[in-house]
Amino acid sequence: MALKTKNSTRIGVTILGWGIALWLFFPIFWMFLTSFKSEVQAISTPPKLFFMPTLSSYAEVFERASYWHFTFNTVIVSVGATASAIALAVPAAYSMAFMPSKRTRGTLLWMLSTRMLPPVGVLVPIYLLARNTHLLDTCTGLAIVDMLTNLPIIVWMLYTFFREVPAPILEAGRMDGATRWQEMTMVLLPLALPGIASTALLSLILCWNEAFWSLNLTSSHAAPLTAFIASFSSPEGLFFGKLSAASTLAVAPILVFGWISQKQLVRGLTFGAVK
Amino acid sequence: MSRLKTTRTTICTLALLLTGSALSGANAAGTLTIATVNNGDMIVMRQLSKEFEKAHPDIHLNWVTLEENVLRQRVTTDIAMKTGQFDVVTIGNYEVPIWAKQGWLTEIKPDAAYDINDVLPAVRDSLTVDNKLYALPFYAESVMTYYRKDLFQKAGLTMPDAPTYDQIRQFADKITDKGNQVYGICLRGKPGWGENMAYVSSLANTFGAQWFDMSWKPTMTSDAWKATLNWYVSALKADGPPGATSNGFNENLALFASGHCGIWIDSTVAGGLLFDPKQSQVADKVGFAPAPKGPYGKGPTWLWAWSLAVPASSHQNADAQTFITWATSKDYVKLVAAQKGWIAAPPGTRASTYAAPEYLKAAPFASFVLNAIKTADPNGPTAQPRPYTGAQFVGIPEFQAIGTQVGQTVAATLSDQMTVDQALASAQSSITRALRQSGRAR
Repeated sequence: MALKTKNSTRIGVTILGWGIALWLFFPIFWMFLTSFKSEVQAISTPPKLFFMPTLSSYAEVFERASYWHFTFNTVIVSVGATASAIALAVPAAYSMAFMPSKRTRGTLLWMLSTRMLPPVGVLVPIYLLARNTHLLDTCTGLAIVDMLTNLPIIVWMLYTFFREVPAPILEAGRMDGATRWQEMTMVLLPLALPGIASTALLSLILCWNEAFWSLNLTSSHAAPLTAFIASFSSPEGLFFGKLSAASTLAVAPILVFGWISQKQLVRGLTFGAVK
Repeated sequence: MSRLKTTRTTICTLALLLTGSALSGANAAGTLTIATVNNGDMIVMRQLSKEFEKAHPDIHLNWVTLEENVLRQRVTTDIAMKTGQFDVVTIGNYEVPIWAKQGWLTEIKPDAAYDINDVLPAVRDSLTVDNKLYALPFYAESVMTYYRKDLFQKAGLTMPDAPTYDQIRQFADKITDKGNQVYGICLRGKPGWGENMAYVSSLANTFGAQWFDMSWKPTMTSDAWKATLNWYVSALKADGPPGATSNGFNENLALFASGHCGIWIDSTVAGGLLFDPKQSQVADKVGFAPAPKGPYGKGPTWLWAWSLAVPASSHQNADAQTFITWATSKDYVKLVAAQKGWIAAPPGTRASTYAAPEYLKAAPFASFVLNAIKTADPNGPTAQPRPYTGAQFVGIPEFQAIGTQVGQTVAATLSDQMTVDQALASAQSSITRALRQSGRAR
């Protein structure tokens, strides 16, 4: 009887899990489907689930905009911002985790508070800074802003992961004559690698999807995929098919990357919890 | 140790790539950066611009296509901060006079071959400040009525040559068939100064209402405004599609094109889209009529001209003027006709386009568009004297904020969150506050 109840609970949970997963995935599925519709099919009411697929939207998207130029910019900005953020966040999180002071907690909270301000609140100063340093419409400028935007979250995540590493292991390294740099790079980093990898992955995804700064700080040279998507929205005309095709092309690389690395991502995110 | 070396190499490579990207950010001489929106006519311009580059090998064109509101925000930031990122910007006749007065735009001086007198006077005047031209019109639009001829025939109705709003309401009542998802009337309901308020402002003018009196006091609580909103709200509630507050131009276009609207009153630019069988399932059933008249019967109707201007911050003024002169010329219209067909010719700007028999044949709605633009009268009188210009907008910088705020209260009446009287009282106080804050009114 107990086994029967357990089985039915398991089936119920499985159905619920699949239901939620499908519900969450549905917008992406619908976007993918719409990208293969003509503009008239895309707006038809009731919406069509079965139709003759066409690649016309993709053809038009490729004809109108240089997809690879936007993708290249996105990769450069995302990887650049993530690498520099990790490079800055590791020493910061290391010192906070292993050499805490009475202000560490406050500093961490203060760092996080910068995420609570709507980005538009600092648009003018950031724009002026970028203009005066000739960083407008450059990948460097956008990567710096993305890096600074994500830095608080990255420091927080790394701090949490580092706290799970037993301090005596680092002390043992120090006893063997390791310098601070060696202690951090040769003892701490290998131990916390799953956590660092998942933090980097998360940062990569955040940078890939970032739209506000991309649209405001770039125009043509450094415009990433978010600007590519925005260029297919039209105030006067039908555009759902083309917009869906552009969006599918924009999210495809990071979606595939996410699928490939989901095991590592989940393992890294639960790193602290299962220790 | 080798891992450390790899890390360092990766960081150096990234730094080099980022530096390279930084260096490529600077605009090369002879490169024009053009900011535009993703409308059909703009897409054609972009495709045909290769011909311009062929004719002007020293000028290379760089396109930045953005969503309308993002474009407005980006261009405003760029011009106000004198960044010089854009050499040509696509703006409307709302922005042109305001920006010209701020000194943000360069005066345009087309040569004799351009034939400025061929540009329709209403459009030309809307881009002129103190007798100086600050932008060239790429295409222009006014307002007209679209209706389904088959539904009218089925109901035994005939659209008059000059319909009134009372008649439109009666027609909408008769052809509404909600069971089959056919709605008698579709109108803009999505909040925004360029969305529902563009239509409602135009409607208000013909109902004898206006935004301000001569002392800049809002007149939202007037009887004429009440009559305007009562007509709008009752028509949409009785005969409009569900969720009208989500419907802007594109949503209504989609509804009409897929056969769900009996009557639609909106921009003339929809004519070409509804008439195109690739985009419209009712292409062979669309009828056209002028915009209806309200109880006042006169007043400015609607005029919007998507125009190309050169920001004062551009460092390539001469090349930019060469480009915008080419893109708005008679020869460009002919080039579009030759390559894409006459139906694709930019509408609403040049008298010569409407004199071409090929265009009149290809676009049966052309005469309605021409007449609508000629009679739009954006600077003309309203029922009472007014201190501002503009037909479907008020030509003051505060209007974007005011219009959007009032648009939200108007939308609230459609969703039964407010009565018409409450919405108008709320609009009256919010406009008064906004104008006091800006210093325009005391």
